[in-house]
Amino acid sequence: MPPAPRPSAPAIAPERTSSGRYSLWRLLREGLNGQRGWSRAWVKAAPRPRYRVVIVGGGGHGLATAFYLATGHGICDVAVLERGPLGLGNVARNTTIIRSNYFQPANIRFYDFSLRLWERLERSLNFNAMVSQRGTLNLFHTEAQRDLFTRRANLMRLEGVDAAALSRAAVKALVPLVDLDNGRYPVLGGFLQPRGGTVRHDAVAWGYARGASEAGVDIVEHCAVTGIRREGERVVGVETSRGFIAADVVCLAVAGHSSELARMAGLELPIETHVLQAFVTEGVKPVLDVVLTYGAGHFYISQSDKGGLVFGGAIDGYNTYGQRGTLPMVEEVTAAAVTLLPALARVKVLRQWGGVMDMSMDGSPIISQTPLAGLVLNGGWCYGGFKAIPAGGFTTAHLIAHGAPHPVAAHLDLGRFAAGRTVDERGVGPFPYLH
Amino acid sequence: MLRIPCPWCGTRDEAEFRYHGDATRPRPTAADTLADFSRYTYGRDNPLGWHLEWWLHVGGCRRLLKVERHTLSHEIRWVGTPEASPAPEVQAP
Ligand SMILES: Cc1cc2nc3c(=O)[nH]c(=O)nc-3n(C[C@H](O)[C@H](O)[C@H](O)COP(=O)(O)OP(=O)(O)OC[C@H]3O[C@@H](n4cnc5c(N)ncnc54)[C@H](O)[C@@H]3O)c2cc1C
Ligand SMILES: [Zn+2]
Repeated sequence: MPPAPRPSAPAIAPERTSSGRYSLWRLLREGLNGQRGWSRAWVKAAPRPRYRVVIVGGGGHGLATAFYLATGHGICDVAVLERGPLGLGNVARNTTIIRSNYFQPANIRFYDFSLRLWERLERSLNFNAMVSQRGTLNLFHTEAQRDLFTRRANLMRLEGVDAAALSRAAVKALVPLVDLDNGRYPVLGGFLQPRGGTVRHDAVAWGYARGASEAGVDIVEHCAVTGIRREGERVVGVETSRGFIAADVVCLAVAGHSSELARMAGLELPIETHVLQAFVTEGVKPVLDVVLTYGAGHFYISQSDKGGLVFGGAIDGYNTYGQRGTLPMVEEVTAAAVTLLPALARVKVLRQWGGVMDMSMDGSPIISQTPLAGLVLNGGWCYGGFKAIPAGGFTTAHLIAHGAPHPVAAHLDLGRFAAGRTVDERGVGPFPYLH
Repeated sequence: MLRIPCPWCGTRDEAEFRYHGDATRPRPTAADTLADFSRYTYGRDNPLGWHLEWWLHVGGCRRLLKVERHTLSHEIRWVGTPEASPAPEVQAP
């Protein structure tokens, strides 16, 4: 039974002061002016009793959806409800890798659409997200793997996406730290996507929040959704820790908590929640200027601008909502790290953390209407949803505004599971712990 | 590190086991509909709380176990054979 409606918070029209345009000129002026001319980048709004669109979850996808609804479709009567402070979910816990080197053509198109949005993101947001296209390099260690990567590269090039094969010597020239002849899994070569790279993750949340807020969207922190109110087969609003909020459309963008939220509406999703860990070392001098992935185990690494080596591996492997991670995976990831890059054995790990992710049953995301009218789902991001934030937000906004999917995300509908059109990137079947 | 009390081998480290997911989905029969098969294959309750799940003791007796584990604390409160189910009083609410 849904909890009884609580009195809603008084509707306060938040003051819409603009944070102004950020520029080099402004930086110089503020420098001479004692930094007194800056204002808050986005408004902390109190919730109003009703909105045209309520987005649940203030992570990358929720904020980007709000931004594109307001700036691309003129739908500004929008609230983003976040249960905690803004951007402390996966958007700020990931290893910041962006790329579009996928296998399924429909996914190549979707993720490359995202990459193209990243390429002009900072100009459209007027916010420095430190988009760095330093290249992503996948190593291969067997002939079969080389054939698979070659096939993937060819599929990408057929879609007009950049991909190149690298010889052993070229790998060594690009990443001198790699132990090509490591005793276990000698490196045979690599597969490079030059346009891949990294992005400053927090800045993505802040940049979209600033843009959405400036366009009139209410960003409401500390507002947990505790129930979803239905009238028959239609969703009419959400119960929250700050009262009932009515909405014509409710969009779920809660990543690892998708199943919990869907259950509030009486729906079951093809999703399991699993934890993925990440690690960062002490800062060292520049030693790695690409994103590097290991082909004989799940391990990927890049160097942040502060000098820390940021790396991660596979999910821990069993359902969990614990945002912390467990030791067996720490051991597995560090073993892979020192096999591939023996010099890392002497570097200290500073921090380790985990984030809970919505692992879908085919390893591909879901951007879709649901069996309930007025309920839209953005989820199933697995461990790859950061790179998809611009495209996810763009196409979810399109779906809400037009009531029909954006062509580049049409294959990501929820109905694909029952219809037998799954988009199984790795070809492993309905086993989320293997994706 | 989970420590799983295998009914046949005793308590062993998680490293000896392989996870096989949700153990609550009843397998449809030939008489069931396509929608039932789809729900069995793809639908998951995915609770934040007690979860009944399969673990295969690959590094031990190689038998399949049913384990009831909490998905936030990771506490294991019941382990049994594939046919068994937890006593009603400890069943998930
Ligand atoms: C360790 C790690 C490394 C990763 N590395 C990469 C990578 O290199 N590249 C890549 O592309 N992807 C990566 N990912 C995946 C990526 O981070 C996620 O897929 C993506 O961020 C999820 O979308 P989001 O940003 O909207 O999620 P989140 O930021 O998690 O947003 C969801 C929000 O919903 C809120 N919420 C939940 N329940 C409620 C409720 N009841 N009411 C209100 N709000 C609620 C949460 O508090 C949260 O803020 C990684 C993930 C992890 C954990
Ligand atoms: Zn055993």
